[in-house]
Amino acid sequence: MSSSLPRHVAVAVVAGIALFVLSEQLSAYDNLQLATMAYYFVAVAGLTVLTGQNGQISLGHGALMAVGAYATVKIQDAVTWPLAAVLLGASLIAAVAGALAGAAAARLRGPYLAGATLALAVGLPALATRFSGFLGGSNGLVVAPPVPPRWLGATFPLERWQAWIACLAALVVYVLLANLVRSGYGRAFRAVRDDEIAAQLSGYRVARTQVVAFVASAACAGLAGGLLVVVTSLAAPGAFPLSLSVTLLTGVVLGGSGSLAGAAWGAAALVLVPTWADDASKALSLSSNVQANLALAIYGVVLIAVMLVAPGGIQAAVRRLGALALRTAQPHARGSAPWAHQEEKPS
Amino acid sequence: MNRFIDLTLNGIANGAIYAAVALSLVLIWRATRILNFAQAGMLMLTTFVAWAIVDSGASYWVGFAVALASGLVLGALIERVVIRHVEGAPALNAVIVTIGLLVLLQAAAGMIWGGNPRSFAPAFSIKGYEIGGRAVLFSPFDLFTVLVVAGLMLGVTLLFARTSLGLRMRAAAFAPEISRLLGVRVGDMYTVGWALGSVAASLAGVLVAPSVFVSPNAFDAVLVFGFTAAVIGGLESPLGALVGGLVLGLALSYVSGYGGAELVTLGALGILVAVLMVRPNGLFSRAQARRV
Amino acid sequence: MRSTIRPLAAACIAALGIGVAACGSDDGSSTGGSNSSSSGKPSASAPGISATQVTVGGHFPLTGPAAPGYSEIPQAIDAYFKYVNAAGGIHGRKLKMIIRDDGYNPTNTVKVTKQLVLQDKIFAMLGGLGTPTHTKVVDFLNTSRVPDLFVSSGCLCWDQPKEHPQTFGWQPDYTVEGKILGQWIAEKLKGKKVAYFLQNDDFGMDGAKGLDHYIPKDQVVTRQTYEPGNTDIGPQMAKIKASGAEVVAMFTIPAYTALVELAGLKLDYHPQLVVSNVGSDPTTLKGLLKAFSKGKAPSALIDGIQSDAYLPPTSDTSNDWVALFKKIHDAYIPKLPLDGNVEYGLAMAYTFVSALQRAGVNPTRQGIVETIERGGLTGPGLVPFRYSKDSHAGYTGVAISKIEGGETKLTGKPMVTDDGDGQITEYGGAPAQAPANGIPAAG
Repeated sequence: MSSSLPRHVAVAVVAGIALFVLSEQLSAYDNLQLATMAYYFVAVAGLTVLTGQNGQISLGHGALMAVGAYATVKIQDAVTWPLAAVLLGASLIAAVAGALAGAAAARLRGPYLAGATLALAVGLPALATRFSGFLGGSNGLVVAPPVPPRWLGATFPLERWQAWIACLAALVVYVLLANLVRSGYGRAFRAVRDDEIAAQLSGYRVARTQVVAFVASAACAGLAGGLLVVVTSLAAPGAFPLSLSVTLLTGVVLGGSGSLAGAAWGAAALVLVPTWADDASKALSLSSNVQANLALAIYGVVLIAVMLVAPGGIQAAVRRLGALALRTAQPHARGSAPWAHQEEKPS
Repeated sequence: MNRFIDLTLNGIANGAIYAAVALSLVLIWRATRILNFAQAGMLMLTTFVAWAIVDSGASYWVGFAVALASGLVLGALIERVVIRHVEGAPALNAVIVTIGLLVLLQAAAGMIWGGNPRSFAPAFSIKGYEIGGRAVLFSPFDLFTVLVVAGLMLGVTLLFARTSLGLRMRAAAFAPEISRLLGVRVGDMYTVGWALGSVAASLAGVLVAPSVFVSPNAFDAVLVFGFTAAVIGGLESPLGALVGGLVLGLALSYVSGYGGAELVTLGALGILVAVLMVRPNGLFSRAQARRV
Repeated sequence: MRSTIRPLAAACIAALGIGVAACGSDDGSSTGGSNSSSSGKPSASAPGISATQVTVGGHFPLTGPAAPGYSEIPQAIDAYFKYVNAAGGIHGRKLKMIIRDDGYNPTNTVKVTKQLVLQDKIFAMLGGLGTPTHTKVVDFLNTSRVPDLFVSSGCLCWDQPKEHPQTFGWQPDYTVEGKILGQWIAEKLKGKKVAYFLQNDDFGMDGAKGLDHYIPKDQVVTRQTYEPGNTDIGPQMAKIKASGAEVVAMFTIPAYTALVELAGLKLDYHPQLVVSNVGSDPTTLKGLLKAFSKGKAPSALIDGIQSDAYLPPTSDTSNDWVALFKKIHDAYIPKLPLDGNVEYGLAMAYTFVSALQRAGVNPTRQGIVETIERGGLTGPGLVPFRYSKDSHAGYTGVAISKIEGGETKLTGKPMVTDDGDGQITEYGGAPAQAPANGIPAAG
């Protein structure tokens, strides 16, 4: 599979250039939205590998983001490392947490895994109030935002710098995960997902594969938590409620479970759908009860509608549209082009 | 010793609520193999309806009956209209649909009734019984709660074991194709499963409403603990739901009483992990014959 | 190349989406120069101030578990603004309050605050609610030099004029309140055993610090905490009863004050409750306990609760401020109960409008900060504000009150103190009169 790495890097480079150009055009607040999408992508991509590629449904990744976020703040308090090293450290700490959780979860399937991870999502942030001296209690911890380097100019907007950091991290994660998915590990993930017994008979070590998938997704969640600190300058238990974990899962499925492009769609949807819904509700002059809840109601309807109408998520819908477009563009080639019958591989 | 008694009785009362919610999740899981995350929203809605009825002057028992009836209708309706489309789909899709439903129901309740918590009357007095000259942490209302939930469990168990409806429901869940061939209306059995599950949840809603004050988000904790209890007991049996609920209720009461209120959610995590390490499919899971 | 296009397409469409969202929410407020001028025609003198409009905004929990009660505050602020606008506005400008929901989640607080400052271009933040939420945006507001007025929280942390010169508190902070309640308990309930029941965050902890200043250590027999969200406080109340406490000093939100009452009913335990003003609003408590007072008067369960107040009780209809608030409430927000939260919002809006009036015909951001620091703002408060160059804390104290007949009755004189070791002294000043038209006069 050595040919796939250059391709993934090329995609990342092109996307990077596009994002760079985009960030120059956007206002400060919109750069903040872009940065938010980027760290959602990191978390959702990791989760989609775990859930879509490996079949483990986790409702606890918000807690792993919390681990990464708090680790980022504590590391920055303790040592003055460059930001990349801090984020790497936080990601590793979250990976360790993921190894523990994954080992505990390796024997669990389906709803039992969902229940265990849900309890994790609800229980873990409580550690912050239990150890309020070290972890800041319910107020949480605040850090200084990352300062753009001087050579960018004194007036370089902070939000654009935050967007750059988050997008760069997202691109790195994309390359790594894309490679992981195409590698032997990826095959192991999918083999275990599709038929555990057959995989075991074929020599795959099921528990080990489950744990590896969990660790990879936990590392991503931890990095996303660190990026959350970079973007918002905070780590507090109120920022990691159960709804965050649930939101990540909805992002996975909205975008298209198992695919990294789907993770990008999902991350975009998680940021944009509430924004559009909020703008829509403000445009109509409604009673305050209705207005406050409209964005949530719209989000709920979107989730249900997408699952009923396009269960493969946005990515599958895009792919279908793309195939339709290509088929209408080349009607004489129908059935003869080799790629028309190629099995859809997630990428 | 007094403290232990108080905490035990308190735990049993709470555990009954968790058991009822767990039962609703078990019923729906058994019927359609779907984890109904919308359960908190559904029971919140039926409790609001009951509150509205009682607030407009009707008697408590009318409100109680309306809550159960609307639970029945709501469960059947949601299954028919929404869930039917994801019943054959991958598990993840159904999870997302129920999450979407939960968000929608909470938003709708917020729009209709607003966020202000409402007062909901208890069925009986909440004054604790006098045992040994002191009031314990257990009241006639708590006793009613426990008895009703126990009765519900008994009823459901008898339904599955003794009635033909129960038999048909079990057949539809375990072997839908063969059941169809034998004349079981599988789709209707799914609807009945959802309706019954929803009734159990609505019951939990009116029983817990006095102490949580009815508002769109008031029942979130009950769902989390009910789900945890269902998983502890194993999603396959009503008895598991009862035991899971009681175990969780007792354990959390002891954690809160001897440790502190801030440890409760960690305690729930700890108990769940402990149980699942030993029995990955819950306490009452059947023996799994798939080890290779 | 298909696998290359998909992520790229995703990124491009995301960009389009942000662009669409950005276009949709441009507010069109002008940015003005920063020369202050106190005379002349109204012009665009600051970001968020145009010739015809003053735009302020705040973050509040409108949805989610923290919304009950608190979501009324911004609606009350908006109601007062509507009242002022109907009378012609301030210096000919209409007032606009942009309310953004953060669901009490600090991540959202950061997002909506940046939205308010960068997109909605507010002149100032008004009433940003919550300690865990607002502490996360204080640095941003201060480095962006946006006036951060009258934070809706009693945390001591808003009074840092050197580190956070733009930020001002408003309500009496929790330690000031705790000291005054503590002194009352130590004097009036001398020798009785006291239990503390506290919310497990700075609200409870800072309040306890104040209580501890005056209540002797050996009089406090137990300290119990609760987590907001977990309504099972039976174990904690049983422990308090077992400790033999005859007084329970509580820093609780109304839902938990009500739960303590219910637990007291269950355990046949009826200590004297001394509750922070945050959790003692009779209208709210009566609403929560309505279904439990079968047969008896709805107020029977809450009568006798001792608390404190810094605004006139909403049941005192002879008070000119209450009459004004009732008029505004009935006209603009009749569906909301006229409770403590609504009074809070109306009074805070009045304070803001007073400052705006005094800031001159063409206020600037620096100007309004200086106006508040000059002090002398009056309003419905029973005690004065502490605002000065050295202090950005709000109300300086409270008056002891009691709930009787389901209503708050002031039983003590207004007392003022600081949140350190300062003494508690009586405030002897006369209460300010409400202006006839309900709008603060200039100057």
